[in-house]
Amino acid sequence: MAAPQTVPVETPDVEEAPAPDRPWLTVVHNDPVNLMSYVTWVFQKLFGYSRERAEQLMLDVHHKGRAVVSSGARERMEHDASRLHAHGLWATIEQP
Amino acid sequence: MSMFRRRGRVCVARFEPDEVKVLRKVVTEVIALLSDGFDRTDPVVDRLFPDAYAGPDGPVATGPNIAEAAADFRRYTEGDLKSAKIDQAGAVLAALPSTGGGEVRLDREAAEAWLRALTDARLALAIRLGISDETDLQEELDDAVLQDPTSQRVFQLSVYWYLGYLQESLVEAISR
Repeated sequence: MAAPQTVPVETPDVEEAPAPDRPWLTVVHNDPVNLMSYVTWVFQKLFGYSRERAEQLMLDVHHKGRAVVSSGARERMEHDASRLHAHGLWATIEQP
Repeated sequence: MSMFRRRGRVCVARFEPDEVKVLRKVVTEVIALLSDGFDRTDPVVDRLFPDAYAGPDGPVATGPNIAEAAADFRRYTEGDLKSAKIDQAGAVLAALPSTGGGEVRLDREAAEAWLRALTDARLALAIRLGISDETDLQEELDDAVLQDPTSQRVFQLSVYWYLGYLQESLVEAISR
């Protein structure tokens, strides 16, 4: 039996704690080097996107400076980022 | 200047001796950068092995967890990434004629390795040359030629331009 609690304990701030099941995102950033055609090809190859979707993502990177290219579990996003790094793209992961 | 074309299942290009020399040089430089000369403080290395947890605006979040996650990511991926980059540079060397010029025939796997290796070489050159979004390559080259047509900068800018042209033709050829 636990003794009645007399000392107040700090309760974790639920608002601020990141939900473990909230998806992570892989983000590709614009760079002045990679060719638009190459970036489109990489998106198609790594993620199986259609040409239209890959081109749209490439244009987002080009014009907006960044685009979310995949989302899911953190480990999978780390894997995606590392595959993008192998192709010379500037990728980071984040949990919004 | 050579470019790749699709012939059946392979991508083919015929290179002049000077082109072979240039390709061998830039790819060998990347290999040196990744092996004995590996230096984490080199901006080229920083670009080839980006921090997965910090973008252009800095860390994606704050706190010790992010620093730890970034260090873990580096620890777990750096070795494989380094080997992969050395392998793809090696694929370029392996496909080039051993002496003089000649034809290069790439199956799909080799063509993909070439695309990645050309990217690494272009990224490395771009960092050294200070290429940014505002850079007008033609203007940059004209200025450099006016200053000294025999300078290292003229050579490197020309090589950078050439690698982009070659890579564009290979993306086009592989996508057919």
